[in-house]
Amino acid sequence: MDTTIKKSATPDSMFTSKLQGLLRWESFLVLIVFLVCVMNSYLSPYFLDPWNLSDATFNFTEKALIALPMAMLIIAKEIDISVAAIISLSSTLMGLVAQMGAPVYAVAFVGILVGAACGLFNGVLVTRFKIPSIVVTIGTMSLFRGISYILLGDQVVRDYPDGFEFFGQGYVYWVFSFELVLFAFFALVFYWLLHRTTFGRYTYAIGNNPTASYYSGIKVDKHRLILFTLVGVMSGVASVLLTSRLGSTRPSIAMGWELSIITMVVLGGVSILGGSGTIAGVVLAVILMGLVTFGMGLLNIPGIVMTIIVGVMLITVVSLPVLITLYKNKKAKAL
Amino acid sequence: MLKRLIYSREGVLSIIVLAMFFGVGVISPDFISLSNSVSIFNDTSILIMLALGQMLVILTRCIDLSVAANVAFTGMFVAMVNQYFPELSMALLIFLSLFIGALLGAINGLFVWLLKVPSIVITLGTMSIYRGATFLLSDGAWVNSHQMSESFIGLPRYEILSIPVLGWMAVAAIILFFWAMKFSVWGRNFYAAGGNPMAAFYSGVNVGKVQFYAFLVSGTLSGLCGYLWVSRFAVAYVDVANGFELQVIAACVIGGVSIVGGLGTVVGCVIGALFIGVVNNALPIIGVSPFWQMAISGLVIIIAVIANATSGKDKARIILRNPNANDEIRAN
Repeated sequence: MDTTIKKSATPDSMFTSKLQGLLRWESFLVLIVFLVCVMNSYLSPYFLDPWNLSDATFNFTEKALIALPMAMLIIAKEIDISVAAIISLSSTLMGLVAQMGAPVYAVAFVGILVGAACGLFNGVLVTRFKIPSIVVTIGTMSLFRGISYILLGDQVVRDYPDGFEFFGQGYVYWVFSFELVLFAFFALVFYWLLHRTTFGRYTYAIGNNPTASYYSGIKVDKHRLILFTLVGVMSGVASVLLTSRLGSTRPSIAMGWELSIITMVVLGGVSILGGSGTIAGVVLAVILMGLVTFGMGLLNIPGIVMTIIVGVMLITVVSLPVLITLYKNKKAKAL
Repeated sequence: MLKRLIYSREGVLSIIVLAMFFGVGVISPDFISLSNSVSIFNDTSILIMLALGQMLVILTRCIDLSVAANVAFTGMFVAMVNQYFPELSMALLIFLSLFIGALLGAINGLFVWLLKVPSIVITLGTMSIYRGATFLLSDGAWVNSHQMSESFIGLPRYEILSIPVLGWMAVAAIILFFWAMKFSVWGRNFYAAGGNPMAAFYSGVNVGKVQFYAFLVSGTLSGLCGYLWVSRFAVAYVDVANGFELQVIAACVIGGVSIVGGLGTVVGCVIGALFIGVVNNALPIIGVSPFWQMAISGLVIIIAVIANATSGKDKARIILRNPNANDEIRAN
């Protein structure tokens, strides 16, 4: 982290060093993914079965769909920790609409619309009142899930229309589930958006220096508003998938997901301070987390132990680069 | 003088809390009786203590998301020690809870101080680790009230002047913090390090070390609250205090502690916690389903931060403050 700040003084060196650093980080992730695959297939003969692997993807596709826009948001120096609450509110309203007898596509549409509205609400609060996004989303996190609790209380909604289960349980072709195909599609869309459009370049610019971006004519607030709405929309999509997969809604749905989503993003090499990161890294991190979780599941390791490992991974990932620079600096001084 | 007091943030907030308190009293006179007031304060004591610790952390531009997990781990640890060695004295157990809490807090603090890693990432990680460690420690089993010794459960309930020891502990913490944050160099350093890290650095304040102390204090208080929580509810299990860290942060934010650091008072923080306490206790009395509680506290947080952001005084401070100061020091 120290070096990126120093280097940012000269744009050229910033660009090359960042590119090299990220390449290193992503190849490191590929290596770990490979090692985990080898280890898992060595430990369990059931690991390499295509249907088993396909089942494993259900554990992370919904979270991964939110991790994509979240990566862009964190690159732009903002954060949204209300995503799990958005899932809950969107799922609740879908449930209520379904109870009134709405058809499948209307239910899904409501889910995505509620997500978009929640994201827009976050964005307006952040940009209009200039409040740090972490505080805003701590507040809206309670508000959104709170509204779910008001609407549903301790009830469960199960009456979804026939055909709604396709989103979360259906297969497009052979072992490729609808969720997985949708994730692959959105991964490409977000790759294009972040790395191939001016919108993406603006996101990096804002993350590196919001003030300079503002004076260069980037509509910073509008950009942030769009990013928050995008996170909301994708939370809505994830909510449709999750609700469809579980076939039921209760207010406590997706509890604690915001943490694993942010972990995925940071693990993917996105700097929590903003300004750097790639979609490829996030996708690799998502796959890595999915494989590790799946492998441990095959070995009958309880879920809560996995959270320890995820926590350790998160801390290692952010500390390691700092430790390496510290070590290098010490060495340079000794010479 | 009086005008300034009323128009201050703490003044407005205490008027709101008092209005709520007496408003509910009109509907149900029992609510404002002395014994119920004491029990509301007693209910809020743990939140007050954790919020005071969190305030130090937020003042130095950090955040501690691991407090609730720390409460769960320490609570489980002392409960199990009590279960297997019921003859150990309470003084030793309390010392143990303080020590373990401090240790967990110090781990967060060391990462922030020595490696300068963003606190939100570290505490996000330690939050899962401490919670998972609680599971490993207990193997998922509960420690129930009949497995705890009498003094273990009785201590926070022991009444002095008709206020339980739990409440007295909160009172002691408030007085101690009030004194430290106003009159000790150690306490003022938290404001210095958060208000302008650059200036603090050049004035000889070790910003990283101050942040470490903030996490140490937050952890120590979480440890103590771990024992208090387990003893108060007479049960220890893995999901103790799950999600409580958000209420703690909410108490700080409602009390006017600025999330960008350097701003916030002990009095504000305590009133912020009492606000949540009064709302939680009032809802069932005025016949509102407890399911409203979460949405109300969310709404209150949002209103509180909007009020903060739009008041002119704070705006001037934000303009004066260099948002990159912290990074510049770190680059040096």
